[in-house]
Amino acid sequence: MSRTRILALVGVLVVWAAVSYGNRMLGVMAPALLPTPGEVATVFAETVRDGSLPRHVATSLARVAVGFGLAAVAALALGLLAAMCVPVRLMVEPIIEFVRPIPPLAFLPMFLVWFGLGEGSKVAFIGYTTFFPMFVAIAAAVLRVDVTLLRAAASLGAGHLDLIRRVILPAALPGIIVALRLGFALALFVIVGAEFMGADAGLGHLIMEGRTFFVPAQIVMGALVLGLLGSIVNALLLATERRLFRWREAGATS
Amino acid sequence: MKIRVRGLSRTFVAQGRETPALLDVDLEVAAHEFVCLLGPSGCGKSTLLNIVAGFLRPTAGEVRVDERPVTGPGADRGVVFQEYVLFPWLTVVGNVEFGLRLKGAPAAERRGIVARYLELVGLAAHAEKYPVQLSGGMKQRVAIARALANSPEIILMDEPFGALDAQTREVLQDELGRIQRVEHKTVLFVTHSIREAVYLADRVIVMTSAPGRIKQVFTIKLPEVRDRFAPEFTHYESEITRVVKEEVAKVHE
Amino acid sequence: MFLSSVPEMMEWGLRGASRSRRDALRWRLASLAVFLALWSVAGGLVELTKPFNPLFLPAPWVVIGALLDLARKGQLWVHVAATLERVAVGFSAGAVLALALGLLAGQVRAVRNVVEPVVELLRPIPPLAMLPLFIVWVGIGEGSKVGFITYATFFPMFVTTVHGVAQIDGRLLRAAQSLGARPRHLFFRVILPAALPDVLTGLRLGVALSFFVIVISEFVGAENGLGYLINDGRNFFLVPQMLGAALLLGLLGYAGNGLVRVLERRVLRWQHPR
Repeated sequence: MSRTRILALVGVLVVWAAVSYGNRMLGVMAPALLPTPGEVATVFAETVRDGSLPRHVATSLARVAVGFGLAAVAALALGLLAAMCVPVRLMVEPIIEFVRPIPPLAFLPMFLVWFGLGEGSKVAFIGYTTFFPMFVAIAAAVLRVDVTLLRAAASLGAGHLDLIRRVILPAALPGIIVALRLGFALALFVIVGAEFMGADAGLGHLIMEGRTFFVPAQIVMGALVLGLLGSIVNALLLATERRLFRWREAGATS
Repeated sequence: MKIRVRGLSRTFVAQGRETPALLDVDLEVAAHEFVCLLGPSGCGKSTLLNIVAGFLRPTAGEVRVDERPVTGPGADRGVVFQEYVLFPWLTVVGNVEFGLRLKGAPAAERRGIVARYLELVGLAAHAEKYPVQLSGGMKQRVAIARALANSPEIILMDEPFGALDAQTREVLQDELGRIQRVEHKTVLFVTHSIREAVYLADRVIVMTSAPGRIKQVFTIKLPEVRDRFAPEFTHYESEITRVVKEEVAKVHE
Repeated sequence: MFLSSVPEMMEWGLRGASRSRRDALRWRLASLAVFLALWSVAGGLVELTKPFNPLFLPAPWVVIGALLDLARKGQLWVHVAATLERVAVGFSAGAVLALALGLLAGQVRAVRNVVEPVVELLRPIPPLAMLPLFIVWVGIGEGSKVGFITYATFFPMFVTTVHGVAQIDGRLLRAAQSLGARPRHLFFRVILPAALPDVLTGLRLGVALSFFVIVISEFVGAENGLGYLINDGRNFFLVPQMLGAALLLGLLGYAGNGLVRVLERRVLRWQHPR
């Protein structure tokens, strides 16, 4: 974390504390509506102590991991195929274009109808949501591979398989990794929504519970934990990316 | 003197170390004079030009134009960049009339001036095109027209033909020579091509390798319209080449 | 083998030969026809053989029938209008806010130093997690839905706008200055047009995100809107209605995207003239 970041964090905390405690004293709006940092910390400590927060986090992460994992495998296989096989691409592209503008969350209730209220619907929904953008980005990354690279390899004696294995895949890999990173971020984005509806565990459920029982501090706490998770995962993925692709020019990542 | 550079130094900080790029440069350019700054890459000739343009500030010394110190860029000094730097969202006409619009010149006046300079650089037929539709040579013609249309008394050119192929380069040198015979601007022209310098300049200033200092000044006493194959031309060329080579050799030591 | 062959790769890379517009259109239509055909066959088979309740997988005509039915009863328009209004108001507010702050932050270092870290802190929080907070604060009414869209769309539009201003080629500014440009000229004649491509990209993201998040805020406590229609369909097991509303949402999102694209083609003609 850079210094400005830490300063910003402190600044936000100070402003938040000033506003919420000030509200408490002046009584501008109902005190419960504007939880103080102290209250949020208390909720955090309590839920950690009784083990419910770790359980919710684990549940959400497991759903994200399974759904995202399945989608990643499918997107990788189909994306590579679509990019390297013109007829498949011509056939699949319009369908994707047709389905993609539909906001994935619009299909969430459908998944509940189809797969029931259990884990299946959540995992399937995450998979469905993350598949399309990953597929599109992976295919695009493979298609971007420079013709001149292929020509150079062929003139050095590369055959068909060599071209795929030694040129196309490594050249497309950075783009593929970026696609996976975006997919994972999207999974964390929508899991909340999926857990709003008919779930009895998970961070989304925890947040919704905060609304139902009117504990805004719990909502804020859940949101912060989600943000933190997202940042951590993103930072980890970025770090591995940088390690993997040191051959790229400095500063090209992000 | 139109441009007076006195005791000019500039250091850059790179990787925590101070590196002098220009050291104590004195230079005077008379009105309507065409002066070329010549030297190996990294000799600070572009830095000097950027300071005269007002883009960079000197570490020491000063630049005066018409005896007034330069404090920043201004319409009195037109600049032509190596990479053209046209406004990509404007057409050729839009680029050429940019400065006139800033001044609030009325439409009729703008039209006349733009037409004149597009004619001068031979681009009248491409008036409504966008920069992405033009070749490098055409883009640089637009950039020259843009600078001239603003009618500055000084034109600063930073390796303007450096990104062009050899043929286009010579064509544009011819055109610039022709334009200068009509416009009589005060020109400060940075290049690393000796032929180009001898072909265009009234005076050629050879700079030392970093830190840049003035090494030697050649006054080119050739007719206005020059022949690249005349013996006098080649004589200047070889003489300057010898001086420049010393500096290039220093870089490799 | 139907993978691109080596000679094909040598000539075109992996893109394959460029096709004529008519050819491309033919492939598109064929692909969509196959998709609809498969869906119809599946729906028809389920209806005939009933391996499970056919309600689970309605055929295309059933979905369209459900939509027509709603349209005939005059309800459809109410829902579409409700959703569109929320998106329009929420998105516009988000766009105005993001552009104003983004253009300012892009130029004024002090503003950027204050705003950007705060945005970076809030951005990783999935906006959906904030929805219940909006509901608690503003209630279930229009306010929370519109406010939520504004909140959610602000971030991508702000970030792209700042990026658009920050990536401007410094030489363009120099060129303008040496043609006599003053700060106000620089803003209107250089910074704004140069940042426009990024700004428009941001708007496109914002439109997509608006439709993305409106659904869920209409699931949670709304009496109309396409999201409501979907959730209502779930409660009463009206799968055709759910699918139909989802398709309509897709159509609206597509149209919104198309509108921004038209705008892009208009104002960014200089990128691809003719």
